[in-house]
Amino acid sequence: MIGPSMIGSVAIEAVQMGFVLLAAPGLVGIVRAVKARLLRREGPPLIQPYRQLARLLGKEVVLAHNASWLFRTAPYLILALTWAAASVVPTFSTHIIFARLGDLIVITALLGAARFLLALAGLDIGTSFGGIGASREVMFASLAEPAMLMIVVTLAIAAGSTQLSSIAAFMLSPALGLRISLAFALIALGIVALAENGRIPFDNPATHLELTMVHEAMVLEYSGRHLAMIELAAALKLLLMISIIVCIFFPFGLGGMGAAGFLTGLASYAAKLGIAAVLLGIFEVSIAKMRIFRVPELLGAGLMLGLLATLLLYVSRSL
Amino acid sequence: MILVLLAGTAVLLALALAGAVVKGQGRSLYAIASFVAFLSAILALVSLPARPETLVLPLGLPWLGWHFRLDPLSAFFLLVVDLGAASSSLFAIGYGRHEAEPGRVLPFFPLFLAALQLVVLAADAFSFLFSWELMSLASWALVLVQHRDRESIRAGYVYLVMALLSGLALLLCFGLLAGASGSYAFSAMRLAHPAPGLAVLALLLALIGTGAKAGLVPLHAWLPLAHPAAPSQVSALMSGVMTKVAVYAFLRIAFTLLPIPPAWAGLLVTALGGITAVLGVLYALMQHDLKRLLAYHTVENIGIIFIGIGLAMVFRAAGGEEAAAALALTAALFHVLNHSLFKSLLFFGAGAVDRATGTRDMERGGGLIHRMPQTAFFFLIGCAAISALPPLNGFVSEWLTFQAILLGPGLPAWGPKIIIPVAGALLALAASLAAACFVKAFGITFLGRPRSREAAEAAETDRFSLSAMGILAVLCFLAGIFPAAVINAFAPVSRALLGAAMPGQSHLPWGTIIPVAAARSSYDGSAIFLLILAVTVLAVAGARRLAAHAVRRAPAWDCGFPDPRPVTQYTATSFAEPIRRVFGPIIFGAASIVRMPPPGATAPAEIETALHDRLWEIFYDPVAAAVARLADAANHLQFLTIRRYLFFVFAALVMLLFALALQR
Repeated sequence: MIGPSMIGSVAIEAVQMGFVLLAAPGLVGIVRAVKARLLRREGPPLIQPYRQLARLLGKEVVLAHNASWLFRTAPYLILALTWAAASVVPTFSTHIIFARLGDLIVITALLGAARFLLALAGLDIGTSFGGIGASREVMFASLAEPAMLMIVVTLAIAAGSTQLSSIAAFMLSPALGLRISLAFALIALGIVALAENGRIPFDNPATHLELTMVHEAMVLEYSGRHLAMIELAAALKLLLMISIIVCIFFPFGLGGMGAAGFLTGLASYAAKLGIAAVLLGIFEVSIAKMRIFRVPELLGAGLMLGLLATLLLYVSRSL
Repeated sequence: MILVLLAGTAVLLALALAGAVVKGQGRSLYAIASFVAFLSAILALVSLPARPETLVLPLGLPWLGWHFRLDPLSAFFLLVVDLGAASSSLFAIGYGRHEAEPGRVLPFFPLFLAALQLVVLAADAFSFLFSWELMSLASWALVLVQHRDRESIRAGYVYLVMALLSGLALLLCFGLLAGASGSYAFSAMRLAHPAPGLAVLALLLALIGTGAKAGLVPLHAWLPLAHPAAPSQVSALMSGVMTKVAVYAFLRIAFTLLPIPPAWAGLLVTALGGITAVLGVLYALMQHDLKRLLAYHTVENIGIIFIGIGLAMVFRAAGGEEAAAALALTAALFHVLNHSLFKSLLFFGAGAVDRATGTRDMERGGGLIHRMPQTAFFFLIGCAAISALPPLNGFVSEWLTFQAILLGPGLPAWGPKIIIPVAGALLALAASLAAACFVKAFGITFLGRPRSREAAEAAETDRFSLSAMGILAVLCFLAGIFPAAVINAFAPVSRALLGAAMPGQSHLPWGTIIPVAAARSSYDGSAIFLLILAVTVLAVAGARRLAAHAVRRAPAWDCGFPDPRPVTQYTATSFAEPIRRVFGPIIFGAASIVRMPPPGATAPAEIETALHDRLWEIFYDPVAAAVARLADAANHLQFLTIRRYLFFVFAALVMLLFALALQR
């Protein structure tokens, strides 16, 4: 089994795991900078998220008196689960060693496990804010996850696989025509990605001290290195969802072999991330946050789009 | 082999007799039962790949005898039964100490275990129905342990009625299968070829009979009443094992006794499974009684199992899709095993909490992770497993079910093409709602601050209960990270039922499973676990090297307004409120009235919520009303003269003779 190709894929995997972890805060920095510029503000420098992480790591941890072991271990596990999910996604090359570990459903489930722990951590101290955040987060997830799985069904029927590398190869194949189903799936995946990351219109990542907040309410009791882990995991999740979207719908430059393919893959991946961050920033300033109980309508629309995409697949195939 | 297994059953029956006379808490009785069930589980595991064995004992009906048969299907379910029986008996050694009236539990508990074993070994209609009713009656007696509690009485009554319905449907089903002149032995039924119409009727009766026992919507109503009412070791058996015995009965009838049913029957089962899964979990979310919440989750998981079974029926009917059928069936069997493991674990945890705090009401729990750390840890494992989180076992079976669903659109017919993806959506919805529900179950009960004095002063449970939970938690973990071994063990069952099995997974590295083809989908449980472990270690080590180590304990921050009163925490009801608002109006007819005091007034605001059980209103109330009306109408028959009664007897006799003459 061990040959040059295996060593190569281990190396690519190592590069990918390092890259996603290092690039994730930068991605958040770009989104913030774009939003600030569009609002005619100066905005923080791009490296501000890194500084913030460094500052949090340097600070002491302030734990509530009744914090349990779950509260203290959850941040590391949340980061680990998100990172593990990110290591399965082919970001700039399909030749990663962990690609066969799991498919898109496994990635969704790993993110679900991270959310499960985060919601529990929100309930651990027993404050009202933690409860608000956790209960709303699971409500969002109860609709976003099925929507995600309906997208998986659509892709699996179209591409004959739930494995991301196979789906990417299918999308790269010249036989692929324009399909209305895939457009629906893209929109639905966009909705799911926004919801999963708590972006506007679902949640506002910039708010604090507001009754409408979700993610920030859950992590309110965290401080120091624990908070750094959670912030890093959140940034990584944003990068992960963008990576899934570009891997499925814009897999250009992904299939390359050798050093040249590796470098083009990396460069095009970086470019794709940058574009996605700018688009996200533009989207976020051009739309208002929704009232909390309007959110299920949008997520339900995402779920219906996913189901419709599946059913339309039959019709469009027979045309 | 089968004789040895029956000897174990006989020991359990003897224990039931001993339980009737023994004084005290019966710890040795539970210990013997646990040991016998454990041995029997090992034998069942060994005989899983063995050739079928049959045995006829001269008991029961004189011209029929009592047929037993141990084939892969019954060996697998015997394994599930005995794992549940061994762990719940072990749990009961410690837990039974708190029983107020052990005399109401001790005779019936081993009887229940013996009946469960007999059902899966029975190989003729008479012995099957006898064991089936014995199982129902023994568990009914255990439901009524708290016989002064009004709710228990109601639960027992509803349970008895539903058990009667189930027995009646199965009786009619076997009658149809045996035909006018047929024998009641399963081996004879297998060879008989009933007319297609009769076969479908028999299948529907089997679906009603076993669905009423398993908790398939809309026949589930008794389950959340009866399961929580019994002592926790019995709740675990009823939820984790008895519902699986009902699944066994359905598989036995639909896959081995009947000719291949049409595809629409499979689609019906799939659709019922999907609806059951979503409704079960939605009802579970609305509960704040921990054991009742778990019982509703049993309904959900039965739905998931029936999705798999229905898919297997659809693929089997399509012809040429044996591999897909084997995948779907393996997924269902895997979920049967998984659910029996984690549901027993969760009921044990709920029982331990019940004993420690004196209440099953989650609204009076909180903070138990500090008082009962080990129970909390095991319960958390069970919650993660039932929420289908990798790398635990629940995820594997739901993933396999999903892979089977993804093969559905490949069928040429339009029915499966439309219905199977919708079932997939329902399954996905159920899975994510289950995660929400168990965040609530664990979070409100074990996390936060104690909401009552009892919760604040709770103590850790005994070591027998803990070891029962620990063993099941380890099994959940092992089945999750070595799924390939479990799937390979199911191959004989699938081959016996479908003539095909999932491709062997043992040649693959580590715990990889590849249901269809490597390019299509794969999952590697052990590698995912190792990956998670490795990156966790990396994260912790990184934080150790880079971050400050100081930790300071302080009051909770809570945005600067911490309120020390535990009542300011989220409760189970408030946690579920967003989901109730989203799904409630459609499904429960939920209504909430908020009464705000006028501006400036300091009176508290009030909220009043009401939920309707629409299924109860649609299905049960009319039936109950009709029965009551009929009973009223028949009431005057009770006060007739002897001449009138004699006339009725005579008329009945003439009618019977007339019917006989017509038939000849």
